[in-house]
Amino acid sequence: MLKDITLGQYFPGDSLIHKLDPRTKLIAVVLYIVALFQAKGWIGYGAVTLATLILMAISHISFGNIFKGLKPMLFIIVLTALLNIFYTTGTPVVEGWIITWEGIDRAVKMILRIVLLITGTFLLTYTTSPMALTDGLELLLNPLKKLHVPVHEMTIMMSMALRFIPTLIEETDKIMSAQKARGADFETGSLIQRAKALLPILVPLFVSAFRRADELAVAMESRCYHGGEGRTRMKQLHLAGRDYAALVVSALFLAGIIVLRHFGL
Amino acid sequence: MSAIIEFKDVHFKYPEDELESLCGITLAIEEGSFVAVLGHNGSGKSTLAKHMNAILTPTSGQVLVNGLDTADENRLLDVRRTVGMVFQNPDNQIVANVVEDDVAFAPENLGIPSGQIRDRVDRALQIVGMYELRQHAPHLLSGGQKQRVAIAGVIAMEPKVIVLDEPTAMLDPQGRAEVISTVTRLCREKGMTVVLITHHMEECIGADRLLVMSNGSLVDDGTPAQVFSRVEEMEAEGLAVPETVRLAYDLNRRGFSLPIDTLDVSACADNILKEIR
Repeated sequence: MLKDITLGQYFPGDSLIHKLDPRTKLIAVVLYIVALFQAKGWIGYGAVTLATLILMAISHISFGNIFKGLKPMLFIIVLTALLNIFYTTGTPVVEGWIITWEGIDRAVKMILRIVLLITGTFLLTYTTSPMALTDGLELLLNPLKKLHVPVHEMTIMMSMALRFIPTLIEETDKIMSAQKARGADFETGSLIQRAKALLPILVPLFVSAFRRADELAVAMESRCYHGGEGRTRMKQLHLAGRDYAALVVSALFLAGIIVLRHFGL
Repeated sequence: MSAIIEFKDVHFKYPEDELESLCGITLAIEEGSFVAVLGHNGSGKSTLAKHMNAILTPTSGQVLVNGLDTADENRLLDVRRTVGMVFQNPDNQIVANVVEDDVAFAPENLGIPSGQIRDRVDRALQIVGMYELRQHAPHLLSGGQKQRVAIAGVIAMEPKVIVLDEPTAMLDPQGRAEVISTVTRLCREKGMTVVLITHHMEECIGADRLLVMSNGSLVDDGTPAQVFSRVEEMEAEGLAVPETVRLAYDLNRRGFSLPIDTLDVSACADNILKEIR
């Protein structure tokens, strides 16, 4: 069950999207999200949906993988949809019903917005290795170093966290099995009882995470880690023609959506 | 040959402990040699290892690495790039999500130009035989493979000495064999000085020199054959000698004259056969 978590997962590939510089992809995702929230009418939403489908096709990411990532969000999506359907005033679908045409319209748009938002960010993490992603983020945030923001420290923490997710998931599985073998019950009882049952998992997990952190710090120091100063990179990032092209396309796309919004479309 | 690591009357006590973990170690490790350090848990062998690359510094006494005092904080990086260290748990020393990115970590820290890092990484991965898996995620590898990646991560730093602190403790027999043969090759073919900390006697047989530690002191020092022949002393230190050594020792006490340091079961059988005839 824990192995299904897709957070920060990366599918290696050779598509145009995979080859883009992580900085380009990060900026493009921000532009994409802004565009998504600027979409107002059906034409706007249609344009963003179409763009997303095209990006999925180019990056060879299947619907299945996107759905897998969406599954944990299902509850929130359904809840938002229901609230919008039942709590929007306007013309009822049938005389006397609580459900209105406006409500349906809004609910569908909300679902689209959430699904597209998640899909867009998944397209980023699915096509970019976590290392490239953090490297890109560090370079993008570099100007903040002048303001004494610890950019390097923040990004190295992020990449360590991503690196240890599979290790800690494996460990949690092991601890759960060990506790189950000794009769622990995680599946039945009230919510509070089940929450309490998690305690014997969390305590050993945290103890071991701290021990790991300690060993990791010593191992990093042994390999001459001494902060970001004077560090070089094996894989240097450089923007190619395709990156500039992608950025221009993203910017034009956002501009187009804003223009559509202006006309109420 | 000259000494690459020198301990001069080193004492060390952890602040929270009452007893000293190292009580007066004087030791010189020759460049290019393969030294194994044997001892049971709590004998101070890990503490000894951590003094070799300045993770710990002596309470009194001095440790010199390639002539540099490890207590000198200004030369810390020089000490650490001379002596690379591999730890027990491979999971806790791999820093990246891709094998080759992890191996590149140390050269990146040293500020080596990116083209040269590529060369070093490829070379290091070829030495440990992990080049084909360079694009893999470390958590999908076996224990032995992970530990070889960790070794590659240290080799990429191009150190003169590689210290391995119980590198096989968490591995299955196959993983252990992989790691020990990799380490032996590093010393014999690449001329690297190897210090192997372990509590498995079998792993020491290929070493040039075997040190035995107990309660923070060096209690024995010699070639593996010399040390193994002192079976009773070993057992007094709580160290189980390999079965074949034990057998040869017992037979020798009853009038046989078998070589004491045979570890291979069939070789041991052949020796006994020869002796009987």
